[in-house]
Amino acid sequence: MAKIEKDRTRELRELGGYSLLRYLWRLLTSMRTALILLLLLGLASIPGSIIPQRTQNPFQVQDFFEANPSISPWLDRFYLFDVFGAPWFSAIYILLFVSLVGCLLPRLNHYRRAIFERPSKPPQTFENSQGFSQLDGDMDRVIEWLKKNRYRFERFDGAISAEKGYLKEFGNLLFHLSLLLILVGIAMSSLFGMRGEAIVNEGERFINTPVAYDNISPGRLYSLDSMQPYRIDLNDFTAKYNPITNQALDYELKVTIRDDTDAKAREGVIRVNRPLTFGASRVFLQATGYSVLVTVRDSSSVVTFQGPVPLLPQDPNLTSAGAIKVPDMNPGIGFVASFIPTIERDPVRGAFSSFPEPLDPHLLLAAWQGDLGMDEGKPQSIYRLDTTKMERIALISMKPGESFDFKVGSITFDGYLPWVNIQVIHDPGKRPALIGGFLALFGALGMLFIHRRRIWIRLSNEGDNNFLEVAGVATSGEEKLLEDLASLKEFLSERVNEGKGN
Amino acid sequence: MGNRSMAFLSNDLIYSAIVVFALAFIFHAIETAWSVRIGEGRNLDRSRTERLARNATGLIFLADLILLAGLITRGLSAERLPLGNMYEFSITGAFAFTTAYLIALKKFQIRWLGLFVAAGALLTLGTAVTLLYVESAPLVPALKSPWLVIHVSAAIISGGIFLLANSIAAIYLILEKIEGKGARGNWSARLPSLDALDQLTYRLIALVFPLWTFSIIAGAIWAEAAWGRYWGWDPKETWSFITWVAYAAYLHARVTAGWKGKKAAWLCLIAGSTFLFNYIYVNIWGTGKHTYSGL
Repeated sequence: MAKIEKDRTRELRELGGYSLLRYLWRLLTSMRTALILLLLLGLASIPGSIIPQRTQNPFQVQDFFEANPSISPWLDRFYLFDVFGAPWFSAIYILLFVSLVGCLLPRLNHYRRAIFERPSKPPQTFENSQGFSQLDGDMDRVIEWLKKNRYRFERFDGAISAEKGYLKEFGNLLFHLSLLLILVGIAMSSLFGMRGEAIVNEGERFINTPVAYDNISPGRLYSLDSMQPYRIDLNDFTAKYNPITNQALDYELKVTIRDDTDAKAREGVIRVNRPLTFGASRVFLQATGYSVLVTVRDSSSVVTFQGPVPLLPQDPNLTSAGAIKVPDMNPGIGFVASFIPTIERDPVRGAFSSFPEPLDPHLLLAAWQGDLGMDEGKPQSIYRLDTTKMERIALISMKPGESFDFKVGSITFDGYLPWVNIQVIHDPGKRPALIGGFLALFGALGMLFIHRRRIWIRLSNEGDNNFLEVAGVATSGEEKLLEDLASLKEFLSERVNEGKGN
Repeated sequence: MGNRSMAFLSNDLIYSAIVVFALAFIFHAIETAWSVRIGEGRNLDRSRTERLARNATGLIFLADLILLAGLITRGLSAERLPLGNMYEFSITGAFAFTTAYLIALKKFQIRWLGLFVAAGALLTLGTAVTLLYVESAPLVPALKSPWLVIHVSAAIISGGIFLLANSIAAIYLILEKIEGKGARGNWSARLPSLDALDQLTYRLIALVFPLWTFSIIAGAIWAEAAWGRYWGWDPKETWSFITWVAYAAYLHARVTAGWKGKKAAWLCLIAGSTFLFNYIYVNIWGTGKHTYSGL
């Protein structure tokens, strides 16, 4: 006895657990929950547009931290600087899509059966249905109209049941399934995608290998070995600016492209909206700035440093700043460099650029001597000079071609050239996402503009007087049903009048 | 700078359009007021105001044409479509809004809405010329794309229809309140029934939802070509997504959850305000890649 009792309680408990799961599944896949999750998704994305986001502008996040030191760590704890990668954000959309699948599966199954179903028998009485009317006419004529209007119909004893608008549900299902496809695309973009950036001087070449990038962020499942080794020679870069507003008008980069290191070369042009395409990878022109060409010699005129040094733009007029490091001299020499394409001086701001093109270019340098700190193995920014263990020995302003002698050597400003920031993005998910987007659009059109409606027609009589009873039902778009009924009425009366005329 | 004279001509045309919209507004206001006084009980003598109303519609049509001419000359002066900054979005938006009304007028009995349409156009144009005006100029490189036309015009037309649907939802809520206190007053007796207003709002939103979806897709395609990613949760993108979600919720609430009337109208207003917020906040105070307002 005791054993049986025990088994039963276990059975009950198991049943309880199972029905709880079933209850939760029903709850999750109910329309109400889906609706709430949808609204929640909208609400959840609001903080992402108000609080600065790391994925978009990490510097702004830093500024925010400095301005609000007390609340920022708390905001960070709740992922408010990474809203769109936050676990709670993912939780909402994953639940929403699970709910969506839960809604769709039974509907898909139902639709699969409904496609082949014949219209069901009309109700016994339909006087109270939409658009009920009594009309003169005969059944053959009704069938003619139904065929002309592409209704699916079924004859019953003295009655016809006709139905139209099966594509509405198709549109509905297509729309929601396409949203899943978009989600798959987004997942593929982030898992199998890659993005990288490299600053390349005009006249140099870029070969697509991991080492060519200044920074590279591959997706979790992206293989760095699979990179296509295409080669791009940056032949000529031109930037045009509006002489009044200083706004950029056009960027154009002429390139020579080889799909493989030893493939045939072809010419090409990259513009802002016109990237180069290699399969699912695209090469974008992202930003531009100036590199300065300098030669540094020691006191015995031996060249200790030569070459282009890229500087970073500081404002829209391309005042550019950076560092020139010469570790091969003893003690080390470094320069804090600032290149000004069109120089203007102001008592408050000092020297600044008034136009992005090099109309009156100057190189301003602060020369430092001492320990550059490059031997300690700590990673250093190439754009910044660590002057903590150094001593300033000169302030220099030069035009192209000029030289300057400082205590232990000299520097020559040979010239300048533009660099471009090449951005390479590999995104195998964009195609599924795009296809999903357009399918969703078509689905939405079908879902919103096709209306499911049913019409019943029955032969009836009062004494010797035969007539038709007509009515219908529409789950949406009642006007469409009433329009159809009016059209049917007109079609029938045409024949009646013809008959009378003859 | 032969283009400058074209730009000045455009400004003159926009100002003229404002004057004609103001006239249309006055006509509609007189017509509304007049029909109230004439009525005996709730039966209004429409025949006397009908002509005035038709004249008002004619004025809106005329103003719309002048506005179109203003848009074309603005485009010619900058040698591109007038969709490059917030001033141009606003005047194009006002054109889309009034044109949507005029087209809808052919199908639905919504001449009574003319008063609000004229007022809406006046406000939009007034803000544009006083606060948002910038000199006509060519585009920054990222905006040089055929997708500019496709994406922005779809967004502007959607905006015009959203605004129209929202005006109707707002009128619905006001009338609902009035009817709650008893019979409608004379001035509102000539407006359609609550049910018709509710239906009209739904139809407009069902009409515009696919267009808004398309405008987001077109934007994503362009973003992919210009910035390398089709979606990056830039504030403008985030808010257009929120608007999309809000209107999707509206359609769901109506079709599957059976919401009607007051609840649906409020949801419509909330969705519409996300669109306005996107337009105003993100363009003027926001950061991100979509801030081309020139302010």
